[in-house]
Amino acid sequence: MREHDNANQNGIPEVFRIKDCALIALATGSRAGTLKELRDNLLSTSEASIYYHFWGSLLHPRFTEREYNNDFASWSARSLHDGVLAERLAVIDPTEFGSLEAMRQELLEIVEERLDEKEYFPWLVASDAFEFMRSQIVVFDTGKQAASPEELAALLPEITTSSIFYHFIDARRRLQGRQTDDFSSWLSGFPEPRAELCARLSAIDPYFGSLGELKSTVAKFFCEEFSRKEDL
Amino acid sequence: MSPMLDAYADVVGQDVINHLRLLAQPLRDMRIVHVNSTRVGGGVAEILVKLVPLMQDLGINTSWEVIEGDDSFFQCTKGMHNALQGNRVKIPEHLLRVYERVNKENGEQLRGKLTEADFVFIHDPQPAPLLASCPNKKGKWVWRCHIDASHPYRPVWKYLREFVRGYDASIFSLADFAQTLPHPQYIIPPSIDPLSEKNAELPEETLHSVLDSFDLDPTRPLLVQISRFDRFKDPVGVIQAYQLVKKFVPGQQLVLAGGGATDDPEGESVIAEVRQAAGDDPDVHVLLLPPDSNRTVNALQRAATIVVQKSIKEGFGLTVTEAMWKGKPVIGGDTGGIRLQIINFNTGFRVKTPEGAALRIRYLLHQPALMATIGEKARQFVKENFLLTRHLREYLTLLLSLHYGGVERIELG
Repeated sequence: MREHDNANQNGIPEVFRIKDCALIALATGSRAGTLKELRDNLLSTSEASIYYHFWGSLLHPRFTEREYNNDFASWSARSLHDGVLAERLAVIDPTEFGSLEAMRQELLEIVEERLDEKEYFPWLVASDAFEFMRSQIVVFDTGKQAASPEELAALLPEITTSSIFYHFIDARRRLQGRQTDDFSSWLSGFPEPRAELCARLSAIDPYFGSLGELKSTVAKFFCEEFSRKEDL
Repeated sequence: MSPMLDAYADVVGQDVINHLRLLAQPLRDMRIVHVNSTRVGGGVAEILVKLVPLMQDLGINTSWEVIEGDDSFFQCTKGMHNALQGNRVKIPEHLLRVYERVNKENGEQLRGKLTEADFVFIHDPQPAPLLASCPNKKGKWVWRCHIDASHPYRPVWKYLREFVRGYDASIFSLADFAQTLPHPQYIIPPSIDPLSEKNAELPEETLHSVLDSFDLDPTRPLLVQISRFDRFKDPVGVIQAYQLVKKFVPGQQLVLAGGGATDDPEGESVIAEVRQAAGDDPDVHVLLLPPDSNRTVNALQRAATIVVQKSIKEGFGLTVTEAMWKGKPVIGGDTGGIRLQIINFNTGFRVKTPEGAALRIRYLLHQPALMATIGEKARQFVKENFLLTRHLREYLTLLLSLHYGGVERIELG
């Protein structure tokens, strides 16, 4: 769902509604204690679980300095002690895939390739099992809205980290295939191009910092865009 | 505005409270009942005493009921508690019949209220059979398991599972603890209350008076482990670590503080082992604290240079959370929920042996600046993840999820 699908009669996008969200984690009951079990579970786990292990965990207890951008890579490094596999899994860029199903296939490809490399790999026992989780997301309107990019720039410093998760991280799933976020998507509807700002936003790597840092970066880019305009 | 929500806003930030208000809006005026087996004492009561008024302040019609039972009932449920934690406790048939009878009697008392409620939270095994007393229930029922049930004693879990399987959902503290059940299993870690007596800020004078009362020297480093005297908490291992440290960095003091164990024969033998390991070292202080020692515990954690929680087996490890909230680096056993909280070099160190604990203590004592950085990161980590307001947010999210049919994505408004 987009937050601003409709344009008014002048071709200007409708207001940008700031939404917020809350995630809740659920156990799926599936666990993997070896790489072979990880492969077997990846074949059958729900798309919601793939989503959780790439994106959802950003909103859950986790130290901010992440070493890997997804839970599969972290587990390979920390519990399976397979640095090679961890590095290969960490290269997966979720924005490159048009669907979660396509991402599942890429995960399987990497895991199966690794299983084929050494006879004993399927049987190495991890120090901790990989717990397959899934999540449910509740999205709600904060009542805050922006009619222009300038108004949005002024609002951004006040929004919550879960709002930034919704508009910047979750958007990648909702807008699948378009590799963008809600802000860029909205800006692209205006007659005056904001190509530079959109390019800066799309260059942000959101996986390694905290959501607070991500919010500050997005707010800073907006602020710089409009303070430059005023200077001209 | 509510004074209670305002007080939390001062600690966690107004945006967190605004977030809770927005989440609670669709639940306004719904009837929610929490049921447990004690009004005071124990972790569940400690959470409910704050959670219930906070939910009320958010406009949700929330109440808290406590079931009543006799000694035999609590003897049975204590056995269940231990069995869920993995002890091979065989509960006699006659006690199981008492458990069922007491729940039936309480069910008759509470039937009207529970049947009409939109949501019922049943905490832990004690009131689990109440569901059977409400065949015409209108709302959703959730079983909240606060216990580490990762490796339960199977015969007891098999018995309990029959009461729990009919619920609409269950909640476990960690994914590790979840059991196979025919309904959604939500994962909600526990939390600490930043405004409680155990965690609120304390004046310097209180710290000094507590240190004085135990003959502790405020000018020398202090290592503290707060835990009941239980082999799973490895108090003897902590003394061994302290002794190893003292060879390299003299002048350390060690406090091992926990509840008394007069009704627990194993606890008494552990204390005897601890005293023997401590020998006649005047710098090892073994403190048996009465149950209402929250302020003393708070002061000891705040006065500590480093907090240790060298558990061999642990549920979530809220004493780790408490110490981190006080800005202390924590050295914890590499087990259970401690793994979720302690991240090496960032919020403390996880260790597997007394030697490992000694190594990390020495390392930190030589790096006071790093200790301060770790302490600050630890406090921030708890602020973002393990305070009561996060716990409440997840309860509200769960309620919305159940209210809207448990679908993966719920769009409100």
